Amino acid sequence: MIELQNVSKSFTLHNQGSAVIPVMEGATLSVKPGECVGLVGASGAGKSTLMRLIYGNYLAASGSILVGGVDVAKAEPREILALRRKTLGYVSQFLRVVPRVPALDVVAEPLLSVGTPIEEAREKAATLLAGLNIPERLWSLSPTTFSGGEQQRVNIARGFAYDYPALLLDEPTASLDAQNRATVLDLIEGAKARGAAIVGIFHDEAAREQVCDRFVDVSGFSPKVAA
Amino acid sequence: MTPLLQVKDVAKMYGARIGCTDVSFDLYPGEVMGIVGESGSGKSTLLNCLAGHLAPDRGEVVFDTRADGPVDTVTMSEPARRMLGRTDWAFVHQHARDGLRMSVSAGGNIGERLMAVGDRHYGDIRARAADWLGRVEISDARIDDRPSAFSGGMQQRLQIARNLVTGPRLVFMDEPTGGLDVSVQARLLDLLRGLVREMGLSAIIVTHDLAVVRLLADRLMVMKDGHVVETGLTDQVLDDPQHGYTQLLVSSVLQV
Repeated sequence: MIELQNVSKSFTLHNQGSAVIPVMEGATLSVKPGECVGLVGASGAGKSTLMRLIYGNYLAASGSILVGGVDVAKAEPREILALRRKTLGYVSQFLRVVPRVPALDVVAEPLLSVGTPIEEAREKAATLLAGLNIPERLWSLSPTTFSGGEQQRVNIARGFAYDYPALLLDEPTASLDAQNRATVLDLIEGAKARGAAIVGIFHDEAAREQVCDRFVDVSGFSPKVAA
Repeated sequence: MTPLLQVKDVAKMYGARIGCTDVSFDLYPGEVMGIVGESGSGKSTLLNCLAGHLAPDRGEVVFDTRADGPVDTVTMSEPARRMLGRTDWAFVHQHARDGLRMSVSAGGNIGERLMAVGDRHYGDIRARAADWLGRVEISDARIDDRPSAFSGGMQQRLQIARNLVTGPRLVFMDEPTGGLDVSVQARLLDLLRGLVREMGLSAIIVTHDLAVVRLLADRLMVMKDGHVVETGLTDQVLDDPQHGYTQLLVSSVLQV
C-alpha cells in the first residue's frame, strides 16, 4: 500500500548563504495493508520528515513514494489532493482548523469531502468524540479554545472519521491519559483489522509494542556526513 | 476530466513595465487556487486578465463553457464574455463598494444578477434574495436596507451573496478578507469554505495573507515581479518552500 524507494530529501536555505542541508538519503520502506510500521530513531533523526514526505507535505529530492499506486514524489497537486481525500489520512501533532467551526464539524469534514450525507457524517463524528471522552457540551464549540489534550483527541477523531486505506500517525498517544490512550490504540487496531496500512511514530513504548508489527529505524536513512 | 480553466502563457505589459508574464496553469472543477506575492508582484493584474477586466497582450484563457466546451475568453466576443461574467463567473472585489450598487437595497443587489439572466418573477427573486441573505448570515429584516447602512463585513458578505446567487462555477476573489477585522475574517473564511464544498465551486483567490490561503486554497502560486516563481500544493509550498523568495515570504510571517 505504501512503497518508498530510495527517497532522499535536502533543504536549501536561499536566504542563509544558500546552505544545503541534506536530511535523508536512500529511504526505503514498504507497508502492506493491515500492517502497522513504527518509525524509531532519536529526536531529529527524520521520523516526522519521512511522514511529511509520504503525505506530500515535503517535496522529495529523488526516489519514489507510491501510495495506493500514486507516486507522491511526482504527482500533480490535484492527484495528491484526491489521494488525501480518499486514500491517505494523516494525524499530525497539531490541530489546524478554521476558527469558529464547531468541533463536531471539524471531525465530520473528511467525511463530507468524500460526499457522505451531513447527518451520517455528524453521527459518526459524535460517536468518535464520545468515545474519546470529549464532553458533548463542547461539540458545538470551536476546538481552538480547547486544552492541548482535547485538541489532540479532536485531531485523532478527525483522522479516524473516514476509513482511509493508508494512515500516518504522528504521536497519536502523546499527552493522553490511560483511558483515552486505550481508546486510541483500539482505533488503531480497528483500522488494522479492516486492512489499513499504517505508519506511526510512537514515543510511548508500551503503545508501540502493542500495535506495531515491526519497526524501521530512520537513522539508517541519515545522509553519510563527510568526516 | 477537462480543466475548467486553462491559462496558457498569459502576459500583460504596462508600457515597458511587466504586469505579469509567462503565466500558465490548469484549474480543475472544485479546486481553489491561491495567488500570493507582495504588492506590485502582478497578482491583481493577472486576476483581472483572467476575469476579462483587462485584455492580456499575449496568451489564452480557455474556459470550459456549459454550452460549447472549452472556448478562449480572450478572443470571444464582448457580449459573450459579459454573459459569462453574469452567469458562470463571479468576481469578489477587495472593496465591497466596487462590487455592489450602493444606492440599491440589499435585496435589489442580489436580485439584479438574477434579472440579468432572465428572472422576472418579483416574488421568486425576492425569495431567493432572502434565502441568500440567510446563507451569508445577514438577517432578512435588512433586505430593504441599502448596503451603505451595512458594516464592512456585512457589505463583503452581501457582495458574495450577489455573486453566488446565479450559481457560478468559477469565482475570482481579490483580497476577499482584506481590511476586515479578524473575527469577521474567520466567519467569512468558514462561509467561503462551506460554499466551495457545497456548490463544488472553483475559485482563484488573490491575497497576501498566507494564513488565509492555508485554510482556503488547495494549491498555491507565488508571484514576484510579474513572474510565477513557485507553484504547488498549498501546504507543501508553505512548509517546504523551494524558491528563495517564497522562503523569505514564509519566514517573514509574524507568529501569533
